[in-house]
Amino acid sequence: MNDPLIIGGHEFQSRFILGSGKFSLDLMNTVIEHAEAEIITLALRRANPGGTENILDHIPKNITLLPNTSGARTAEEAVRIARLSRELGCGDFVKLEVIQDSKYLLPDNYETARATEILAKEGFIVMPYMYPDLYAARDLVNAGAAAVMPLGAPIGSNKGLLTKEFIQILIDEIDLPIIVDAGIGRPSQACEAMEMGVDAIMANTAIATAGNVAKMAKAFKHAIEAGRAAYLAGLGRVLDLGAEASSPLTGFLED
Amino acid sequence: MAKQKLNHLGYDDNMEVIDSDIMEKVLTAAANYQYEQFTARDVERALTKDRLSITDYGAVLSPAALGYLEEMARKAQSLTRKHFGNSVSLFTPLYIANYCENECTYCGFKATNKITRAVLSIEEAEAELKAIAATGLEEILLLTGESRFKSDVKYIGEVVRLATKYFSAVGIEIYPLNTDEYAYLHECGADFVSVYQETYNTDKYGQVHLWGSKRSFPYRFHAQERALRGGMRGVSFGALLGLDDFRKDAFAAGLHAYFIQRKYPHAEIGFSVPRLRPYINNDKNNPKDVHERQLLQVMLAYRLFMPYAGITISTRERAKFRDHVIGLTATKMSAGVSVGVGGHNEKQKGDEQFEISDERSVREIHDMIIKKGLQPVYSDYIRV
Repeated sequence: MNDPLIIGGHEFQSRFILGSGKFSLDLMNTVIEHAEAEIITLALRRANPGGTENILDHIPKNITLLPNTSGARTAEEAVRIARLSRELGCGDFVKLEVIQDSKYLLPDNYETARATEILAKEGFIVMPYMYPDLYAARDLVNAGAAAVMPLGAPIGSNKGLLTKEFIQILIDEIDLPIIVDAGIGRPSQACEAMEMGVDAIMANTAIATAGNVAKMAKAFKHAIEAGRAAYLAGLGRVLDLGAEASSPLTGFLED
Repeated sequence: MAKQKLNHLGYDDNMEVIDSDIMEKVLTAAANYQYEQFTARDVERALTKDRLSITDYGAVLSPAALGYLEEMARKAQSLTRKHFGNSVSLFTPLYIANYCENECTYCGFKATNKITRAVLSIEEAEAELKAIAATGLEEILLLTGESRFKSDVKYIGEVVRLATKYFSAVGIEIYPLNTDEYAYLHECGADFVSVYQETYNTDKYGQVHLWGSKRSFPYRFHAQERALRGGMRGVSFGALLGLDDFRKDAFAAGLHAYFIQRKYPHAEIGFSVPRLRPYINNDKNNPKDVHERQLLQVMLAYRLFMPYAGITISTRERAKFRDHVIGLTATKMSAGVSVGVGGHNEKQKGDEQFEISDERSVREIHDMIIKKGLQPVYSDYIRV
């Protein structure tokens, strides 16, 4: 079945976006293979062109780079990092991260929307990391975002879909791809998000800190595919115990 | 020339006084920290928590926690992995001057010590920077002794500017400055500032800092805050463990960082853990000595209390200790270190402040990190 993920006019078969910041670089290839991922994020601040352990040297050429603006504290800083990324040949995709808190690394939705507007006008395919707030998501849509990337839980926490109800609202109300970006700790949580109708999952810590990263990458791939299939199939009804036995409230209509 | 002795709780004329309540908070909390009162139960309770309160932090720093180092290490390792993944950042310090105008009883650089003093010329500094950059490093820490006269802010600014040509991240570990001076060095290209309080016991501070501007406890204490107000992105904290009661000092250093982070949430926070080594054969059982066991306890306590903070392990510690603490609690290590003035390109020009215990090159450290299944990180910062 052809069921591509479309972001900014680009089609992808995989709905699993891999983060790269926490891996050992020599594992990158194996993880990509097992994940069958087509998009890899990388922190531009880690790019070290011509230098030692340059992350760019470890990403296969057929993979779409999704450079992120980590380290940016304001819209202006994020914009400058995105422009640098383009100059370095990392393409037009940008995962926008504007963070002004070194403790929780929670995104600043307001600055993120401002940067989205500037970058979208410059032709970037902007994928903003955001706190799942409906108004902020609408601002991002209006600003020209190509997708919206709400957090499931604080980044690196592996706590799963703590913001589930709010992500559901974004799924229901926002016409862009919704990609859960942080907090997913296990394949079952990725599967659950996909069942809800999330369009893709981004994960890093959960895989990078697994006992066997390659096997975990594969487990995530299967979980994401299973969740997507379930969403497309339409989940069956969950019945309350005994609720179908009769129609005590509306049965009178038949009298 | 008789020097007018500065009150160690006061300021010199040209020292900026800022409005901040953090010193009072830290000193009050440290004064009330009675580590002997914590029990094994308190430590166990702290270790079950997701987030440590200040009291829990006190528990894991207490003698009662010495029996729980393995459990603390397990939790610390998991937190380090969550927040930093496999990454271990690499950098090297470069001493550009060792003149000092302070008399600190414990320090090899103190003004009255007859050591070879030097300050690198701009040309010499550039040659050093080039030689270091050739090892692949992308982050540098520029250090001076505390002499405003021999290594003034303008000179340091020039070296910072040069350093930005060769490195993506430039930090400074120099004498404390006023906000406008930090702003100037930030404009020159420095983004990270390390200032160590040595001890948070103000009486002891007064006893060991005999004269010189370092004698002002509060001016030094507020350095990180002035640095952040001057636009710096990251600040590092530390006590010279063993100078006074290390548990109280580590407790205070942790709280100093904690309150700064609360007030300046964007600031990147780091810790260093310098220590005075116990004298060999000198009362082995002194509970206030900082052996490796105690040092590790402090490093683990910092990690448990502030899981997101960077922790640097210096070459003052031996290779085996360093190799075991990275990925466990430390996130950053120096490599290819020379602690004399210069010494990377030409023979060193001035004497060192202390001896190092790990002389491995950048390549050797790199290979060790990879062998441990961790990832050496050279570049982790873009200046925009």
